[in-house]
Amino acid sequence: MGRRVAITGIGVVAPGGIGVEPFWDLLTAGRTATRTISFFDPTPFRSRVAAEADFDPARHGFDAREAVELDRSAQFAVVAAREALAHSGIAPTDPDDRAHRWGVTVGSAVGATMGLDREYAVVSEGGSRWLVDHTRAPARLFDYFVPSSISAEVAGRFGVEGPVAMLSAGCTSGLDAVGHAAALIAEGSADVMLAGATDAPISPITVACFDAIKATTARNDDPATASRPFDGTRDGFVLGEGAAMFVLEELDAARARGATIVAELAAHASRCNAFHMTGLRADGREMSVAIDAALADAKLDPERVDHVNAHGSGTVQNDRHETAAVKRSLGEHARRTPMSSIKSMIGHSLGAIGSLELAACALAVDRGVVPPTANYAVPDPQCDLDYVPREARPADLDVVLSVGSGFGGFQSAVVVTREGVLG
Amino acid sequence: MTAVVTGLGVLAPTGAGVETYWAATLAGRSALAPPTRFDATGYPHRLAGEIDLDVAALVPRRLLAQTDHMTRLALVAAEWALADAVLEPAEQPEYAMSVATACSSGGFEFGQRELQKLWGHGPHQVSAYQSFAWFYAVNTGQISIRHGMRGPSGVLVAEQAGGLDVLGQARRLLRGPAALVVSGAVDASLCPWGWVATGTSGRVSTSDDSARAFLPFDAAAGGHVVGEGGALLVVEEAAAAAARGVTRPYGTVAGYAATFDPRDPRREPGLRRAVVGALADAGLEPSDVGVVYADAAGTPELDEQEAAALRDVFGANRVPVTAPKAGVGRLSSGGGPLDVATALLGLRDAVVPPTPNVTAPRPDLGLDLVVGGAREVEHDAALVLARGQGGFNAAVVVTRP
Repeated sequence: MGRRVAITGIGVVAPGGIGVEPFWDLLTAGRTATRTISFFDPTPFRSRVAAEADFDPARHGFDAREAVELDRSAQFAVVAAREALAHSGIAPTDPDDRAHRWGVTVGSAVGATMGLDREYAVVSEGGSRWLVDHTRAPARLFDYFVPSSISAEVAGRFGVEGPVAMLSAGCTSGLDAVGHAAALIAEGSADVMLAGATDAPISPITVACFDAIKATTARNDDPATASRPFDGTRDGFVLGEGAAMFVLEELDAARARGATIVAELAAHASRCNAFHMTGLRADGREMSVAIDAALADAKLDPERVDHVNAHGSGTVQNDRHETAAVKRSLGEHARRTPMSSIKSMIGHSLGAIGSLELAACALAVDRGVVPPTANYAVPDPQCDLDYVPREARPADLDVVLSVGSGFGGFQSAVVVTREGVLG
Repeated sequence: MTAVVTGLGVLAPTGAGVETYWAATLAGRSALAPPTRFDATGYPHRLAGEIDLDVAALVPRRLLAQTDHMTRLALVAAEWALADAVLEPAEQPEYAMSVATACSSGGFEFGQRELQKLWGHGPHQVSAYQSFAWFYAVNTGQISIRHGMRGPSGVLVAEQAGGLDVLGQARRLLRGPAALVVSGAVDASLCPWGWVATGTSGRVSTSDDSARAFLPFDAAAGGHVVGEGGALLVVEEAAAAAARGVTRPYGTVAGYAATFDPRDPRREPGLRRAVVGALADAGLEPSDVGVVYADAAGTPELDEQEAAALRDVFGANRVPVTAPKAGVGRLSSGGGPLDVATALLGLRDAVVPPTPNVTAPRPDLGLDLVVGGAREVEHDAALVLARGQGGFNAAVVVTRP
């Protein structure tokens, strides 16, 4: 076995609370953070519900200029990275000067889309001119234009000098970015990675584009229970926002310095369905292949999986697809395995959600609790697994599987284990 | 594991298709001109590197409504690369084919049209395709679907450097479940909204003289011209390529490294370390490198930084340096893969193409810049550099098969 990867730091920005502890409190209490959109007037839109984070840039150390100029998604990434670094107790700028052995991978599906949406409205004078007005374009527009600016902000601010990139694979970005970072450590390209994902997509253009394909919920009269993964009354996902960042370290080095190891990042695998940009094959085949590959990479039998953190977006097709995939890979064991969706509480933050879900997986292993699927009440005959309805469940967890699906056909799986389970 | 390049799909302002592009590149041709797809006369920068090709005619009609210009170019480049590799995807194991493309800013022209509908006419006018047609992962997704490629796939974004990062990613995938990877990048944002956004980089030339607007390493360097296009490459594990009868791949992706520039001005910028890392990864000494395809930013300060890194590693004037991109502009993430394609053709034909338009390379930079015409150079290895605005550096070493 090659170099293994330990999670030694976690940072979270999520609807319902900024920081790991408020995040975990929300999940284990089964509370929901979905509400009527407050960032703009949602009246003209079909879906008017979102999971918004109550995030005050000033409280998190951004000066007045940064608060305006840094896109919200970049602010989230910075705040989550700072918490993860503090948690790990190490930093790229430590006196041993290992900055070039640190890297950054930030996942994001839609980058600085809020900044782009806002600036477009200005330079186009409310969409009235095709030849948009360059004299009204601020310098910061370039950073919104190239979303790699988010990774650059994290790397530059904290002093990382090794491999830095943004990874984008639609809504599997948050799983794949962490998988990518773990691969860089395993192959020796870096020793420590600051990795995770961020998205802040609650802007008119994003809400409109999901309206157009009816992917988001129309349950506007009951925003607090609008996100209903696996429930028979589900009618689409609730758009969310947030970020989670991790400090990932080579396991032996983490042990040698006496780091607190939250969990091991044991394996990541992804496949494409090569089927449709937004549609899913009902049989879940490609996601199942990704799950099989991740478990094989970790040398774990499917029966070892103690909990599945579902993609569970709450669209009709996703939840069936995913149920089929997990059954395909875990067989009869799927019925014994609690599988829940935290999107029921914090919504679907596109590329960010995969990392938020991995944070939940690591905390679940560390603290012995399976988060619930909130709002679950009415069974769907085609979704017939144990979705952990409404209440968190104490459990001794050695192996947790997280899965995700993304527009573009991406299907990903990550295995998180208790330290030492792999030997 | 040896990663060989077996197919090239090239779309550049100086030529669509490998041999058309290569002939123009060897001749030092330049394609910088006012853009034709929109009226740029009212903007501070008025020259572009635009591809002269009716790309919509080359893409299946049913895909037109859901694809940005950039994605159409990528679909064409992928098809050409697969044809060049004499590869029929339907005959390959579906989970052993991967797609790893880079992207710099997504499908901006598609995005501009939908933003205009949203802000000008209301949310109900927004296209059902907007949810994916503009986003960064779109080219990979569409290529995967078009060719039934179900292996691990994704997209890296690091402005210009991302185009080389995905070749490193291709090698990583070939060490895993993939036997072949469609890799590289094709980028395009030549619409008013993309034009204005690009202009805010502060690095775009305002010259109207197409022969003087983008002059990297020249005494008159004053910014760059923005272009569109790039290259997609079929990268295969050497044994798998040989097993399906490939006898003469273009070459090997032998080395790769990426670094990031510190903000602290007292610390060294990362480019030199990227070069050293890529050489070490390839198991080569600086003296093994026959040519450097420079990032060639085209501003005095960035040119000086790159020259300093090259002098540090190779010594002053010790290795030929060239920047064919001076004739096509900077292509965002497409530029690096296009340079890699160019480097492979140069290895094949034992020649280094010139840097178009540059007539007065700064002697103080200590670079043996190839100008005026192509230079015959027998060489076994080429180094390609790309820097992404924000601090990204990437280096790739390609070698003769």
